[in-house]
Formats: sequence, C-alpha cells, structure tokens
Amino acid sequence: MSISIQSIHKSFGSYLALDDVSLEVPQGSLTALLGPSGSGKTTLLRIVAGLDFADEGRGKILFHGENVADVPAGERQVGFVFQHYALFRHMTVAENVAFGLNVMPRHRRPSAAEIDERVKELLHLVRLDGLDRRRPHELSGGQRQRVALARALAIRPKVLLLDEPFGALDAQVRKDLRRWLRVFHDQIGLTTLFVTHDQEEALELADQVVVMRQARVEQVGPPQEIFDHPRTPFVYEFLGNVNKIPHANGEVRYVRPHEMEITFAAEYDAARDVLADVTHLFSAGPVASLSLRLGDGSLVEAEISRKQLEELALSVGDRVAVRWP
Amino acid sequence: MSRPRVIPGFGLSLGFSVVYLSLIILLPLVALFVKAAGLGWREWWDLLSSPRVLAAARLTFGASAAAAALSSVLGLIVTWVLVRYTFPGRRLLDGMIDLPFALPTAVAGITLTTLYAPNGWLGAPLQQLGLKVAYTPIGVFMALTFIGFPFVVRTVQPVLEDLSRDTEEAAATLGAGRWVTFWRVVFPALLPAMITGFTMALARAIGEYGSVIFISGNLPMKTEILPLLIVAQLEQYNVPAASVIAAAMLIVSFTLLLVINLLQRWLDKNQQR
Repeated sequence: MSISIQSIHKSFGSYLALDDVSLEVPQGSLTALLGPSGSGKTTLLRIVAGLDFADEGRGKILFHGENVADVPAGERQVGFVFQHYALFRHMTVAENVAFGLNVMPRHRRPSAAEIDERVKELLHLVRLDGLDRRRPHELSGGQRQRVALARALAIRPKVLLLDEPFGALDAQVRKDLRRWLRVFHDQIGLTTLFVTHDQEEALELADQVVVMRQARVEQVGPPQEIFDHPRTPFVYEFLGNVNKIPHANGEVRYVRPHEMEITFAAEYDAARDVLADVTHLFSAGPVASLSLRLGDGSLVEAEISRKQLEELALSVGDRVAVRWP
Repeated sequence: MSRPRVIPGFGLSLGFSVVYLSLIILLPLVALFVKAAGLGWREWWDLLSSPRVLAAARLTFGASAAAAALSSVLGLIVTWVLVRYTFPGRRLLDGMIDLPFALPTAVAGITLTTLYAPNGWLGAPLQQLGLKVAYTPIGVFMALTFIGFPFVVRTVQPVLEDLSRDTEEAAATLGAGRWVTFWRVVFPALLPAMITGFTMALARAIGEYGSVIFISGNLPMKTEILPLLIVAQLEQYNVPAASVIAAAMLIVSFTLLLVINLLQRWLDKNQQR
C-alpha cells in the first residue's frame, strides 16, 4: 500500500509544525523521516497514523489513492510502534499482541483459537517464542520493542509506522535490532515509514530518506544519493561530518573527512595541494581520524585507513600535504 | 549485619520507630484490649449481639463502604478532569480538594445538616421530592463521602499524571474505541491506586465521628453509628462496654484492611513496571 502525502499543513497555536509538506512513500518501501528535533518529522508520522490531524481543509493523506485524512486512527489500519514501547503493563506478552484482535467488533473478530494461533505466529516472527506468558517488565528493551512490533502487526496493518523505534535502546541492541528490522522488512514487504534523528540509522536502513528541517522537507532520495549529493548546506552538515572550507572567491566548499587525501609534505604540489600540520590523531578504530591545521589557521578533519596511517608514519606535529576533490 | 552504608543510622532510626510505634500506637491499643478483657466472653457476646450495637455496626460499615465506593468513582472523575484538562481555575479546584482534610469535621457536619435539613436550602426541595437526607442513613452516607473523596483524588492523581498517553494512543491505533481503551488500558493501570484511595477513605469513614453525629440525628436502631455508641457508653461511665465495642471495631477494621492489602499485593504482582 503506497502512501501519498499532499501539501499538509499543521500548526499548534502560532507554532508551525508542518509547512506544505508533500511526500510519496512507494509501496513496500522502507522510508526514513530524518531530521533534528523540532523538524516536524514525528508530527508528520502522527498525522499519517491519525493520532494528529492536519489543519482543516488543507492537504490530503492518500493510502493507495484513497483519502484517509478524516478517518480516525482506529479505522486506518496502521501499525504504530512508539519510542517507549507503550506496552500494556498489566497484560502478558500474548495479551498485548492479541489486543488489536480482541477489541475487534464481534462479527470481524477471529475465534479465540485463531487469535492464539496468530499470536503464536507473530511471536515466532519477531523471535520471541516461549515468552508469551511474560509481562513487559520482565523483558529487555529490545524484546519489548519486538513485542510492540508484533502487536502492531497483529491487525494486519496496511502500513507500518515507527516513531524512533530504537531511540530508547542501548548502542549494541540498537545496531542488532536495526539490521534485523531491515531483513524483517524485506521478508514481510510492508510499506514502512520510520522516524529517526540518527543519520547513520536512516542511511543504513532505508530505501528512501526524507530529510526534514523546520517544518519542511529538505531533500528526498535514496541514501547514497542523499549522502553523495546533498542539495543544501543543511543536508550536508546533518548527514555526518563535513569540513567547511572557505575559498578565495567567497564560496564555501563542503568536503567530507574521508574525501581528504593526505600525502608526505615532500610530495607537495603547489597546483593542487595545501600544506597542513597534524594537531591531533585518533586511531583507535577501523579508520584513523586526524585534525589538521591549514595555512590560514583553520582546522579540518580527515579520515584515512589505518594502513595508510602506518605507511605515512604520522605523529602529532608532522607537516603533510592535503588535497580534496 | 553492619555493612557500611551511604547514609548510616539504621540502628538509631529503627530504635526510634519501634519506640514511637509502641508508645503512640501499640500501648493505647493494648490498654484498650486490657480494659475490654475485664469482661468475660459471655458479656462480650451479649453486648455485641444486642440489636442496637448490631444496627449501628451495619450502618457504620455499610455506609462507610458505600461512601468509599462512591468516593472512588467521584474521585476518579475529578482527578481525570484535574490531570487531563487545563481550564481557568484548575489550580483553585485542585487546592479545594484538600479542604475536607482541613475543615474541623464538626463544621462539615453542621454545614451539611443545615443544608439538608427539611427546612434547608437543599433539604426543602428534596423533601418535596420525597427524599429525606438529614437524620437518615443517606445523610450519614453523604457526610462520609464528603470526608473520603480527597483520599481517592490524592492517591490516583500522581499515577494518572505518570501514565503515558502512548498506551492510549497505541490502543487507538489498534482499533480500540474510547470505552474499550478506558476499561482495558487506563482503568487497570489506575486500579491499584484507586484501591489504596478506597481503603483510606473506608478507614477514615469507619472512624469518623464529628461530621456524622450532626447530620445523622442519632436515632437508636436507625442512624446511630458505632463511634457514637462508644461515646454514649463512656458518658454513662461504662468504660468496659465502650472498650469492648471499640475492640470489636478494631478487629473488624483490621481484618478489612488486611484483606484489601492482600488483594492489592496480588494485583501488584500481576502488574509491575
């Protein structure tokens, strides 16, 4: 099911949260809404879910061509996963997952046996077999979030919406769950929209990244394209480290640390290189990162492989030749 | 036993607690039972099975339970309004909740009586509708509700404030309507706090004296409450009889509170964060 968002406006009092936002989420894609806090990404997600409503008479939300802007959350058939899980504390894992099925109107509600079967299936799908009788407080953060996911999937949603799904987890679990979600998404093929403020997460996970800033969409595209060809300085800076190097003509060049090339000062070529001093060296990782002071006193960051660092045998205080594309 | 702690003073504070509990609570209770033990089983039985005492016991425990139950419902609604909505005068209303705590209970009793007496502002129209409030068990029930409901508000309020909206929104996206969301998601989360509030309102109502004696009219067999009977016995210098009624009340109250506590423990076990 594709989602089409057409010129949505949303204001809270005098504060404008979404300013003419339009967006296409293709069928079966995994799309990330990326932006700093206050950029409107969560508000947009909540409007798609029906938990908030756009300003009256302005804009449409289409699910597969059908306008759902006035349909209440309960009838939109969306699976929504919250940052802090929002599990029902007084229910077991199985009761949590079954909730959406148990509250269906009688004529649509599956039989108790069918519900049990479906819960079992879902718990297997999110790899939580055997935990059905536990209560949320007995589970780890990663497990809780998977229960929340299973609960959202139980109603066979048309789209899956995730609000900072990994935000409350610690770094290791976050990474594991993120990779798992990617595989999981490919397996079930549900159109998914997720909100994050973590550019690494968005770039690694999504098919399509939507960068938002101050109530507007700044750029939309596949991760590679967004990373390699940012359209605005904001996107450049938001998607990872970048050096801002002023040019003589007043323009500012944006250069990523890994694009900086470093050679021996002896190989300095005045036509394309700049001389710089190494002021700081950090090599505890797969890549070494260096701070360099250029001739005009400005500091830039560079990243080179550990192997290259060993070949250059650099240490703090050394002079090197630097170039960038 | 004596591991170093960040804040020392376990021995001292435990000692203080034991001494305090003994002097202020345990000692008077023991004295009460000693006095009551001055009478034999036979006299206990005769006294407690007398129709007047039984009628008073029924009214005291019945009206207290009913008032605590109504307080729980009213308290929940008031708490909901206070926590979930902002409106002009909210803080004032919030402050007013505690007034029944501060008001001398006799003042509350006299005020309620004046209002609900057959010639009072509210009593007169109600009388015409055929409903008598003052000098009937309904009056007792009203006074006890007035006294009890701040307990419910003050115990439920922090829990409701703490309850995240996420769970309600999650229920909504899963297709649950408002009522289903309230009964299956919000209410179970508030229930332990409501039980605590109910218990406190109940305990307070059972022991309540000042506000009730004015509005009840104290008609034997009809609107007499147990605390009043105790005072009546004391006024006749019948201390042993007064202490027997008091001791019996204590035992019943203690059993009630114990049962409610056990119920709550069981609930808590099923629902921890």
